[in-house]
Amino acid sequence: MRRQIPLLITFFVGSMLVLAMFIPHEPFSASNDELSVWFDIIASFAFILGGGNLLRVHGDKIYRRRRDWIYSVVTLAGFFVMLAAGIVSGARAQGNAMSAGSLFAFLYDAAYAPMTSTMFSLLAFFVASASYRAFRAKTREATVLLVAAFIILVGRTPVGYYLTAWIPPPLEFLEIPNLFGWILAYPNTAGQRAIMIGIALGIISTSLRLILGIERSHFSGD
Amino acid sequence: MDIERLRRIDRRWIFLLMAAGVWIPLLFRPVITVKPSPIVAAIFEKIESLPEGSKVLLSFDYGPSTVPENQPMAEAIARHVLHRRLKLYMDAAWATGQAQAEQCIESVIRTDFEDRVYGEDWVHLGYKAGNQGMINAILGGIRNLYTTDVAGKSVDEIPMMRDVQGLRDMSLIVDIGSGLPGVKEWIQFAGDPGNIPVAGGVTAVEALLLYPYYPRQLLGLMGGLQGAAEYEAALVEKYPEYLTDSKALTIMGPQYVAHLLIVVLIVLGNVAFFAQKRRDDRTRKGRAG
Repeated sequence: MRRQIPLLITFFVGSMLVLAMFIPHEPFSASNDELSVWFDIIASFAFILGGGNLLRVHGDKIYRRRRDWIYSVVTLAGFFVMLAAGIVSGARAQGNAMSAGSLFAFLYDAAYAPMTSTMFSLLAFFVASASYRAFRAKTREATVLLVAAFIILVGRTPVGYYLTAWIPPPLEFLEIPNLFGWILAYPNTAGQRAIMIGIALGIISTSLRLILGIERSHFSGD
Repeated sequence: MDIERLRRIDRRWIFLLMAAGVWIPLLFRPVITVKPSPIVAAIFEKIESLPEGSKVLLSFDYGPSTVPENQPMAEAIARHVLHRRLKLYMDAAWATGQAQAEQCIESVIRTDFEDRVYGEDWVHLGYKAGNQGMINAILGGIRNLYTTDVAGKSVDEIPMMRDVQGLRDMSLIVDIGSGLPGVKEWIQFAGDPGNIPVAGGVTAVEALLLYPYYPRQLLGLMGGLQGAAEYEAALVEKYPEYLTDSKALTIMGPQYVAHLLIVVLIVLGNVAFFAQKRRDDRTRKGRAG
Protein backbone atom coordinates (compact mmCIF):
# COMPACT_ATOMS: atom_id res chain seq x y z
CA MET A 1 0.00 0.00 0.00
CA ARG A 2 2.91 2.34 0.72
CA ARG A 3 3.74 2.19 -2.97
CA GLN A 4 0.36 1.69 -4.57
CA ILE A 5 -1.28 4.81 -3.08
CA PRO A 6 1.45 7.26 -4.21
CA LEU A 7 1.43 5.56 -7.63
CA LEU A 8 -2.33 6.00 -7.89
CA ILE A 9 -2.11 9.66 -6.82
CA THR A 10 0.65 10.28 -9.40
CA PHE A 11 -1.41 8.58 -12.13
CA PHE A 12 -4.59 10.47 -11.23
CA VAL A 13 -3.00 13.93 -10.89
CA GLY A 14 -0.69 13.48 -13.90
CA SER A 15 -3.50 12.31 -16.18
CA MET A 16 -5.79 15.07 -14.95
CA LEU A 17 -3.22 17.79 -15.72
CA VAL A 18 -2.46 16.37 -19.17
CA LEU A 19 -6.18 16.29 -19.96
CA ALA A 20 -6.61 19.84 -18.61
CA MET A 21 -4.01 21.02 -21.10
CA PHE A 22 -5.95 19.62 -24.06
CA ILE A 23 -9.50 20.13 -22.69
CA PRO A 24 -9.56 23.64 -21.17
CA HIS A 25 -13.16 23.28 -19.93
CA GLU A 26 -14.87 22.26 -16.68
CA PRO A 27 -14.11 20.22 -14.67
CA PHE A 28 -10.54 19.98 -15.99
CA SER A 29 -9.68 23.71 -16.02
CA ALA A 30 -10.87 24.20 -12.42
CA SER A 31 -8.92 21.14 -11.26
CA ASN A 32 -5.81 22.51 -13.02
CA ASP A 33 -6.13 25.78 -11.04
CA GLU A 34 -6.80 23.90 -7.81
CA LEU A 35 -3.87 21.51 -8.24
CA SER A 36 -1.55 24.41 -9.11
CA VAL A 37 -2.43 26.06 -5.79
CA TRP A 38 -1.77 22.76 -3.97
CA PHE A 39 1.59 22.58 -5.72
CA ASP A 40 2.46 26.10 -4.56
CA ILE A 41 1.51 25.26 -0.98
CA ILE A 42 3.69 22.14 -1.07
CA ALA A 43 6.50 24.18 -2.69
CA SER A 44 6.46 26.52 0.33
CA PHE A 45 7.41 23.56 2.52
CA ALA A 46 10.60 23.22 0.48
CA PHE A 47 11.94 26.20 2.46
CA ILE A 48 11.53 24.25 5.71
CA LEU A 49 13.15 21.19 4.14
CA GLY A 50 15.98 23.34 2.78
CA GLY A 51 16.59 24.98 6.15
CA GLY A 52 16.45 21.61 7.91
CA ASN A 53 18.91 20.11 5.48
CA LEU A 54 21.29 23.05 5.91
CA LEU A 55 21.19 22.58 9.69
CA ARG A 56 21.73 18.83 9.42
CA VAL A 57 24.70 19.00 7.00
CA HIS A 58 26.54 21.88 8.67
CA GLY A 59 25.58 20.82 12.22
CA ASP A 60 27.08 17.40 11.57
CA LYS A 61 30.24 18.98 10.11
CA ILE A 62 30.69 21.18 13.21
CA TYR A 63 29.92 18.31 15.64
CA ARG A 64 32.53 16.04 14.02
CA ARG A 65 35.06 18.89 13.60
CA ARG A 66 35.49 18.01 9.92
CA ARG A 67 37.88 19.95 7.67
CA ASP A 68 36.93 23.67 7.36
CA TRP A 69 34.19 23.26 9.98
CA ILE A 70 34.66 26.88 10.97
CA TYR A 71 33.03 27.94 7.67
CA SER A 72 29.97 25.91 8.66
CA VAL A 73 29.76 27.99 11.86
CA VAL A 74 29.74 31.14 9.71
CA THR A 75 27.06 29.63 7.43
CA LEU A 76 24.79 28.72 10.33
CA ALA A 77 25.37 32.06 12.06
CA GLY A 78 24.40 33.86 8.84
CA PHE A 79 21.33 31.61 8.49
CA PHE A 80 20.07 32.26 12.02
CA VAL A 81 20.78 36.02 11.91
CA MET A 82 18.88 36.45 8.60
CA LEU A 83 16.06 34.18 9.80
CA ALA A 84 15.64 36.12 13.04
CA ALA A 85 15.85 39.48 11.24
CA GLY A 86 13.29 38.29 8.68
CA ILE A 87 10.83 37.10 11.32
CA VAL A 88 11.16 40.26 13.44
CA SER A 89 11.01 42.64 10.45
CA GLY A 90 8.14 40.70 8.87
CA ALA A 91 6.14 40.73 12.10
CA ARG A 92 6.57 44.50 12.39
CA ALA A 93 5.48 45.24 8.79
CA GLN A 94 2.58 42.80 8.23
CA GLY A 95 4.77 40.27 6.43
CA ASN A 96 6.86 42.62 4.29
CA ALA A 97 10.28 41.98 5.80
CA MET A 98 11.85 44.11 3.07
CA SER A 99 9.95 47.28 4.03
CA ALA A 100 12.14 50.39 4.02
CA GLY A 101 14.23 50.80 7.15
CA SER A 102 13.74 47.25 8.44
CA LEU A 103 16.63 45.23 9.91
CA PHE A 104 16.16 42.55 7.27
CA ALA A 105 16.33 45.15 4.47
CA PHE A 106 19.48 46.58 6.04
CA LEU A 107 21.17 43.15 6.23
CA TYR A 108 20.05 42.34 2.68
CA ASP A 109 21.40 45.60 1.26
CA ALA A 110 24.53 45.86 3.40
CA ALA A 111 25.65 42.21 3.56
CA TYR A 112 23.83 39.79 1.26
CA ALA A 113 23.72 41.97 -1.88
CA PRO A 114 27.42 43.03 -1.82
CA MET A 115 28.57 39.47 -1.08
CA THR A 116 26.64 37.84 -3.92
CA SER A 117 27.62 40.66 -6.28
CA THR A 118 31.27 40.17 -5.34
CA MET A 119 31.09 36.43 -6.02
CA PHE A 120 29.47 37.06 -9.41
CA SER A 121 31.94 39.82 -10.28
CA LEU A 122 34.86 37.46 -9.78
CA LEU A 123 33.71 35.73 -12.96
CA ALA A 124 35.09 38.64 -15.01
CA PHE A 125 38.61 37.86 -13.78
CA PHE A 126 38.36 34.12 -14.31
CA VAL A 127 36.79 34.55 -17.77
CA ALA A 128 39.65 36.89 -18.72
CA SER A 129 42.25 34.40 -17.50
CA ALA A 130 40.50 31.44 -19.15
CA SER A 131 40.13 33.31 -22.44
CA TYR A 132 43.91 33.71 -22.53
CA ARG A 133 44.81 30.16 -21.50
CA ALA A 134 42.06 27.92 -22.81
CA PHE A 135 40.36 29.54 -25.78
CA ARG A 136 42.67 28.28 -28.51
CA ALA A 137 42.22 27.19 -32.11
CA LYS A 138 43.55 23.69 -31.49
CA THR A 139 41.06 21.92 -33.78
CA ARG A 140 38.76 22.88 -36.64
CA GLU A 141 35.72 22.85 -34.30
CA ALA A 142 37.53 24.99 -31.74
CA THR A 143 38.43 27.47 -34.51
CA VAL A 144 34.78 27.82 -35.56
CA LEU A 145 33.83 28.41 -31.91
CA LEU A 146 36.63 30.93 -31.53
CA VAL A 147 35.64 32.90 -34.63
CA ALA A 148 31.96 32.95 -33.49
CA ALA A 149 32.97 34.09 -30.00
CA PHE A 150 35.19 36.80 -31.49
CA ILE A 151 32.33 38.13 -33.65
CA ILE A 152 29.86 38.05 -30.73
CA LEU A 153 32.25 39.79 -28.32
CA VAL A 154 33.36 42.46 -30.78
CA GLY A 155 29.83 42.77 -32.21
CA ARG A 156 28.53 43.89 -28.83
CA THR A 157 30.95 46.84 -28.74
CA PRO A 158 31.12 49.97 -30.95
CA VAL A 159 34.52 48.69 -32.13
CA GLY A 160 32.68 45.99 -34.07
CA TYR A 161 30.97 48.66 -36.12
CA TYR A 162 34.09 50.77 -36.71
CA LEU A 163 36.26 47.76 -37.67
CA THR A 164 34.09 46.92 -40.66
CA ALA A 165 32.44 50.27 -41.47
CA TRP A 166 34.60 50.55 -44.62
CA ILE A 167 32.96 47.52 -46.25
CA PRO A 168 31.04 48.61 -49.42
CA PRO A 169 27.21 48.35 -49.30
CA PRO A 170 26.95 45.23 -51.56
CA LEU A 171 29.02 43.33 -48.97
CA GLU A 172 27.48 44.87 -45.85
CA PHE A 173 26.39 41.43 -44.66
CA LEU A 174 30.07 40.97 -43.75
CA GLU A 175 30.00 43.86 -41.29
CA ILE A 176 30.56 42.54 -37.76
CA PRO A 177 27.21 43.81 -36.32
CA ASN A 178 25.39 42.04 -39.19
CA LEU A 179 27.39 38.84 -38.69
CA PHE A 180 26.62 39.10 -34.96
CA GLY A 181 22.88 39.30 -35.70
CA TRP A 182 23.10 36.43 -38.20
CA ILE A 183 24.87 34.13 -35.70
CA LEU A 184 22.21 34.84 -33.06
CA ALA A 185 19.24 34.52 -35.42
CA TYR A 186 20.25 31.41 -37.37
CA PRO A 187 22.97 29.04 -36.05
CA ASN A 188 22.19 29.90 -32.41
CA THR A 189 18.40 29.64 -32.81
CA ALA A 190 18.64 26.41 -34.80
CA GLY A 191 20.93 24.85 -32.18
CA GLN A 192 18.78 26.06 -29.29
CA ARG A 193 15.61 24.73 -30.92
CA ALA A 194 17.21 21.34 -31.49
CA ILE A 195 18.27 21.18 -27.84
CA MET A 196 14.83 22.34 -26.65
CA ILE A 197 12.99 19.76 -28.74
CA GLY A 198 15.33 17.04 -27.46
CA ILE A 199 14.77 18.13 -23.84
CA ALA A 200 10.99 18.31 -24.38
CA LEU A 201 10.92 14.76 -25.76
CA GLY A 202 12.96 13.62 -22.77
CA ILE A 203 10.57 15.33 -20.34
CA ILE A 204 7.55 13.76 -22.08
CA SER A 205 9.01 10.26 -21.88
CA THR A 206 10.09 10.67 -18.23
CA SER A 207 6.68 12.11 -17.30
CA LEU A 208 4.87 9.24 -19.00
CA ARG A 209 7.07 6.72 -17.17
CA LEU A 210 6.21 8.46 -13.86
CA ILE A 211 2.46 8.69 -14.60
CA LEU A 212 2.28 5.05 -15.69
CA GLY A 213 4.31 3.87 -12.70
CA ILE A 214 7.18 2.47 -14.77
CA GLU A 215 9.70 4.87 -13.21
CA ARG A 216 9.80 4.21 -9.46
CA SER A 217 13.30 5.33 -8.48
CA HIS A 218 11.87 8.28 -6.49
CA PHE A 219 10.36 5.84 -3.98
CA SER A 220 12.65 5.30 -1.01
CA GLY A 221 15.75 5.60 -3.14
CA ASP A 222 15.49 2.20 -4.88
CA MET B 1 58.93 39.11 -28.30
CA ASP B 2 59.79 36.25 -26.00
CA ILE B 3 57.04 33.73 -26.77
CA GLU B 4 57.84 31.63 -23.72
CA ARG B 5 57.26 34.62 -21.42
CA LEU B 6 54.05 35.47 -23.22
CA ARG B 7 52.86 31.87 -22.88
CA ARG B 8 53.60 31.67 -19.18
CA ILE B 9 52.31 35.10 -18.20
CA ASP B 10 51.28 35.25 -14.54
CA ARG B 11 47.51 35.32 -14.37
CA ARG B 12 47.66 38.07 -11.74
CA TRP B 13 48.71 40.47 -14.54
CA ILE B 14 45.54 39.51 -16.38
CA PHE B 15 43.48 40.14 -13.23
CA LEU B 16 45.16 43.53 -12.84
CA LEU B 17 44.44 44.44 -16.48
CA MET B 18 40.79 43.47 -16.05
CA ALA B 19 40.50 45.53 -12.87
CA ALA B 20 42.04 48.55 -14.62
CA GLY B 21 39.79 47.94 -17.65
CA VAL B 22 36.73 48.23 -15.42
CA TRP B 23 37.88 50.95 -13.03
CA ILE B 24 39.25 53.48 -15.53
CA PRO B 25 36.05 53.80 -17.61
CA LEU B 26 34.06 53.95 -14.37
CA LEU B 27 36.17 56.93 -13.28
CA PHE B 28 35.99 58.81 -16.58
CA ARG B 29 32.45 57.72 -17.53
CA PRO B 30 32.77 57.98 -21.33
CA VAL B 31 29.59 58.80 -23.25
CA ILE B 32 28.51 55.68 -25.12
CA THR B 33 26.16 55.95 -28.08
CA VAL B 34 23.76 53.03 -28.24
CA LYS B 35 21.13 52.39 -30.91
CA PRO B 36 18.10 50.25 -29.96
CA SER B 37 18.05 46.96 -31.87
CA PRO B 38 14.71 45.73 -33.30
CA ILE B 39 14.31 43.09 -30.55
CA VAL B 40 14.55 45.78 -27.83
CA ALA B 41 12.67 48.47 -29.78
CA ALA B 42 9.72 46.03 -30.04
CA ILE B 43 9.16 46.27 -26.24
CA PHE B 44 9.45 50.06 -26.29
CA GLU B 45 6.98 50.35 -29.18
CA LYS B 46 4.52 48.00 -27.48
CA ILE B 47 4.47 50.11 -24.29
CA GLU B 48 4.15 53.25 -26.41
CA SER B 49 1.17 51.77 -28.22
CA LEU B 50 -0.81 50.76 -25.11
CA PRO B 51 -3.75 53.06 -24.29
CA GLU B 52 -3.66 54.98 -20.99
CA GLY B 53 -4.77 52.81 -18.07
CA SER B 54 -3.65 49.52 -19.64
CA LYS B 55 -2.34 46.94 -17.18
CA VAL B 56 1.32 45.91 -17.27
CA LEU B 57 2.74 43.20 -15.00
CA LEU B 58 6.42 43.58 -14.17
CA SER B 59 7.90 40.47 -12.57
CA PHE B 60 11.18 40.63 -10.66
CA ASP B 61 12.82 37.22 -11.01
CA TYR B 62 16.45 37.84 -10.13
CA GLY B 63 18.74 38.54 -7.22
CA PRO B 64 21.55 40.92 -6.30
CA SER B 65 24.19 38.99 -8.26
CA THR B 66 22.73 40.15 -11.59
CA VAL B 67 21.60 43.61 -10.48
CA PRO B 68 23.98 45.51 -12.83
CA GLU B 69 22.30 43.85 -15.81
CA ASN B 70 18.71 43.39 -14.60
CA GLN B 71 17.97 46.40 -12.38
CA PRO B 72 18.41 49.06 -15.12
CA MET B 73 15.98 47.06 -17.30
CA ALA B 74 13.34 46.89 -14.56
CA GLU B 75 13.74 50.57 -13.71
CA ALA B 76 13.55 51.67 -17.36
CA ILE B 77 10.36 49.63 -17.89
CA ALA B 78 8.78 50.93 -14.64
CA ARG B 79 9.67 54.50 -15.60
CA HIS B 80 8.25 54.11 -19.08
CA VAL B 81 5.03 52.44 -17.86
CA LEU B 82 4.37 55.12 -15.24
CA HIS B 83 5.29 57.96 -17.60
CA ARG B 84 2.68 56.67 -20.06
CA ARG B 85 0.12 56.48 -17.22
CA LEU B 86 -0.33 52.73 -17.51
CA LYS B 87 -1.15 50.63 -14.42
CA LEU B 88 1.96 48.95 -13.01
CA TYR B 89 1.59 45.59 -11.22
CA MET B 90 4.76 44.24 -9.61
CA ASP B 91 5.34 40.68 -8.39
CA ALA B 92 8.22 38.26 -7.87
CA ALA B 93 8.66 34.57 -8.60
CA TRP B 94 12.09 34.70 -6.92
CA ALA B 95 12.41 35.26 -3.17
CA THR B 96 15.13 37.86 -3.81
CA GLY B 97 12.96 39.56 -6.44
CA GLN B 98 10.81 41.23 -3.79
CA ALA B 99 13.81 43.18 -2.53
CA GLN B 100 14.72 44.22 -6.07
CA ALA B 101 11.16 45.47 -6.57
CA GLU B 102 11.51 47.55 -3.38
CA GLN B 103 14.72 49.06 -4.79
CA CYS B 104 12.89 49.88 -8.02
CA ILE B 105 10.10 51.56 -6.03
CA GLU B 106 12.66 53.66 -4.13
CA SER B 107 14.70 54.73 -7.14
CA VAL B 108 11.90 55.19 -9.69
CA ILE B 109 8.46 55.67 -8.14
CA ARG B 110 9.42 57.55 -4.96
CA THR B 111 11.94 59.66 -6.89
CA ASP B 112 10.34 60.48 -10.25
CA PHE B 113 6.64 59.66 -9.79
CA GLU B 114 5.71 60.83 -6.30
CA ASP B 115 2.29 61.93 -7.58
CA ARG B 116 1.31 58.38 -8.54
CA VAL B 117 -0.98 56.78 -5.97
CA TYR B 118 -0.31 53.34 -4.51
CA GLY B 119 -3.22 51.02 -5.29
CA GLU B 120 -4.47 53.21 -8.12
CA ASP B 121 -1.43 53.61 -10.37
CA TRP B 122 0.91 50.93 -9.06
CA VAL B 123 0.84 47.97 -6.73
CA HIS B 124 3.45 45.63 -5.27
CA LEU B 125 2.14 42.10 -4.79
CA GLY B 126 5.40 40.63 -3.52
CA TYR B 127 6.85 37.14 -3.76
CA LYS B 128 5.05 33.82 -3.89
CA ALA B 129 6.71 30.40 -3.87
CA GLY B 130 6.07 27.75 -6.50
CA ASN B 131 8.14 28.90 -9.49
CA GLN B 132 6.24 28.04 -12.70
CA GLY B 133 3.47 26.56 -10.52
CA MET B 134 2.87 30.06 -9.20
CA ILE B 135 2.55 31.45 -12.75
CA ASN B 136 0.17 28.61 -13.67
CA ALA B 137 -1.94 29.25 -10.57
CA ILE B 138 -2.39 33.00 -11.14
CA LEU B 139 -3.12 32.68 -14.85
CA GLY B 140 -6.76 31.81 -14.18
CA GLY B 141 -7.16 33.63 -10.89
CA ILE B 142 -4.68 36.02 -9.32
CA ARG B 143 -6.47 35.59 -5.97
CA ASN B 144 -5.58 31.87 -6.04
CA LEU B 145 -2.29 32.99 -4.48
CA TYR B 146 -2.32 36.76 -4.06
CA THR B 147 -5.01 37.46 -1.49
CA THR B 148 -3.01 40.42 -0.15
CA ASP B 149 -0.37 42.81 -1.42
CA VAL B 150 3.17 42.81 -0.07
CA ALA B 151 2.14 44.78 3.02
CA GLY B 152 -0.71 42.42 3.91
CA LYS B 153 -3.54 44.61 2.57
CA SER B 154 -6.39 42.62 1.03
CA VAL B 155 -6.29 42.83 -2.77
CA ASP B 156 -10.05 43.44 -2.75
CA GLU B 157 -9.39 46.74 -0.98
CA ILE B 158 -6.94 47.85 -3.69
CA PRO B 159 -8.79 49.82 -6.42
CA MET B 160 -6.58 48.72 -9.35
CA MET B 161 -7.02 45.04 -8.37
CA ARG B 162 -10.82 45.10 -8.47
CA ASP B 163 -11.11 44.45 -12.22
CA VAL B 164 -8.25 41.95 -12.30
CA GLN B 165 -9.30 38.31 -12.25
CA GLY B 166 -6.16 36.68 -13.63
CA LEU B 167 -3.17 37.26 -15.85
CA ARG B 168 -5.42 37.38 -18.92
CA ASP B 169 -6.46 40.87 -17.81
CA MET B 170 -2.93 42.12 -18.34
CA SER B 171 -2.13 43.91 -21.60
CA LEU B 172 1.54 43.02 -21.28
CA ILE B 173 3.78 40.92 -19.04
CA VAL B 174 7.40 41.97 -18.71
CA ASP B 175 9.62 39.52 -16.88
CA ILE B 176 13.05 40.62 -15.76
CA GLY B 177 14.87 37.43 -14.90
CA SER B 178 18.15 35.63 -14.65
CA GLY B 179 17.27 31.95 -14.38
CA LEU B 180 14.46 29.61 -13.45
CA PRO B 181 11.67 30.62 -13.26
CA GLY B 182 12.18 33.34 -15.80
CA VAL B 183 11.10 34.56 -19.19
CA LYS B 184 10.80 31.03 -20.60
CA GLU B 185 8.37 30.00 -17.84
CA TRP B 186 6.29 33.17 -18.26
CA ILE B 187 5.96 32.34 -21.97
CA GLN B 188 5.12 28.68 -21.36
CA PHE B 189 2.70 29.11 -18.44
CA ALA B 190 1.18 32.56 -19.06
CA GLY B 191 1.91 33.98 -22.53
CA ASP B 192 1.07 30.93 -24.65
CA PRO B 193 -1.93 29.49 -22.78
CA GLY B 194 -3.38 32.92 -21.95
CA ASN B 195 -2.55 34.59 -25.27
CA ILE B 196 -0.88 37.46 -23.38
CA PRO B 197 2.05 39.39 -24.91
CA VAL B 198 5.24 38.58 -22.99
CA ALA B 199 8.46 40.58 -23.14
CA GLY B 200 11.62 39.96 -21.19
CA GLY B 201 14.91 41.21 -19.90
CA VAL B 202 17.63 38.71 -19.02
CA THR B 203 21.36 38.41 -18.49
CA ALA B 204 23.52 38.30 -21.63
CA VAL B 205 24.29 34.61 -21.05
CA GLU B 206 20.62 33.66 -20.92
CA ALA B 207 19.53 35.82 -23.86
CA LEU B 208 20.86 33.31 -26.39
CA LEU B 209 18.55 30.62 -25.00
CA LEU B 210 15.46 32.75 -25.65
CA TYR B 211 15.95 33.64 -29.30
CA PRO B 212 13.89 30.62 -30.47
CA TYR B 213 10.80 32.25 -28.90
CA TYR B 214 11.24 35.57 -30.69
CA PRO B 215 9.15 37.09 -32.26
CA ARG B 216 6.03 34.88 -32.17
CA GLN B 217 5.95 33.90 -28.49
CA LEU B 218 8.26 36.57 -27.14
CA LEU B 219 7.41 40.14 -28.10
CA GLY B 220 10.89 41.50 -27.42
CA LEU B 221 13.98 40.87 -25.34
CA MET B 222 16.60 42.92 -23.54
CA GLY B 223 19.80 40.87 -23.41
CA GLY B 224 22.31 41.86 -20.76
CA LEU B 225 23.59 45.33 -20.06
CA GLN B 226 23.57 46.08 -23.79
CA GLY B 227 19.82 45.36 -23.93
CA ALA B 228 19.20 47.56 -20.90
CA ALA B 229 21.25 50.38 -22.44
CA GLU B 230 19.36 50.04 -25.72
CA TYR B 231 16.03 50.39 -23.89
CA GLU B 232 17.32 53.41 -21.98
CA ALA B 233 18.54 54.91 -25.27
CA ALA B 234 15.05 54.50 -26.77
CA LEU B 235 13.49 56.04 -23.66
CA VAL B 236 15.91 58.98 -23.61
CA GLU B 237 15.44 59.61 -27.33
CA LYS B 238 11.70 60.07 -26.79
CA TYR B 239 11.79 61.49 -23.26
CA PRO B 240 15.15 63.32 -22.81
CA GLU B 241 14.31 64.19 -19.17
CA TYR B 242 15.32 60.63 -18.19
CA LEU B 243 18.93 60.97 -19.42
CA THR B 244 20.33 61.35 -15.90
CA ASP B 245 18.49 58.20 -14.74
CA SER B 246 20.15 55.99 -17.38
CA LYS B 247 22.21 53.56 -15.29
CA ALA B 248 22.96 51.05 -18.05
CA LEU B 249 24.25 53.71 -20.46
CA THR B 250 26.61 54.89 -17.70
CA ILE B 251 28.12 51.46 -17.06
CA MET B 252 28.38 50.34 -20.68
CA GLY B 253 31.91 51.82 -20.86
CA PRO B 254 33.49 49.30 -18.45
CA GLN B 255 31.72 46.43 -20.19
CA TYR B 256 32.96 47.49 -23.62
CA VAL B 257 36.52 47.73 -22.35
CA ALA B 258 36.23 44.35 -20.57
CA HIS B 259 34.93 42.72 -23.77
CA LEU B 260 37.73 44.22 -25.83
CA LEU B 261 40.30 43.12 -23.27
CA ILE B 262 38.99 39.55 -23.51
CA VAL B 263 39.24 39.71 -27.32
CA VAL B 264 42.84 40.97 -27.08
CA LEU B 265 43.67 38.20 -24.58
CA ILE B 266 42.18 35.54 -26.87
CA VAL B 267 44.25 36.85 -29.78
CA LEU B 268 47.44 37.01 -27.68
CA GLY B 269 46.83 33.53 -26.28
CA ASN B 270 46.48 32.14 -29.81
CA VAL B 271 49.56 34.00 -31.06
CA ALA B 272 51.56 32.39 -28.23
CA PHE B 273 49.98 29.01 -28.94
CA PHE B 274 50.79 29.02 -32.68
CA ALA B 275 54.30 30.39 -32.15
CA GLN B 276 54.99 27.57 -29.68
CA LYS B 277 53.52 25.03 -32.11
CA ARG B 278 55.75 26.29 -34.93
CA ARG B 279 58.78 26.11 -32.69
CA ASP B 280 57.93 22.56 -31.62
CA ASP B 281 57.42 21.51 -35.28
CA ARG B 282 60.82 22.95 -36.22
CA THR B 283 62.53 21.16 -33.34
CA ARG B 284 60.85 17.88 -34.32
CA LYS B 285 61.92 18.30 -37.98
CA GLY B 286 65.44 19.21 -36.88
CA ARG B 287 65.70 16.01 -34.83
CA ALA B 288 64.27 13.92 -37.71
CA GLY B 289 66.73 15.56 -40.14
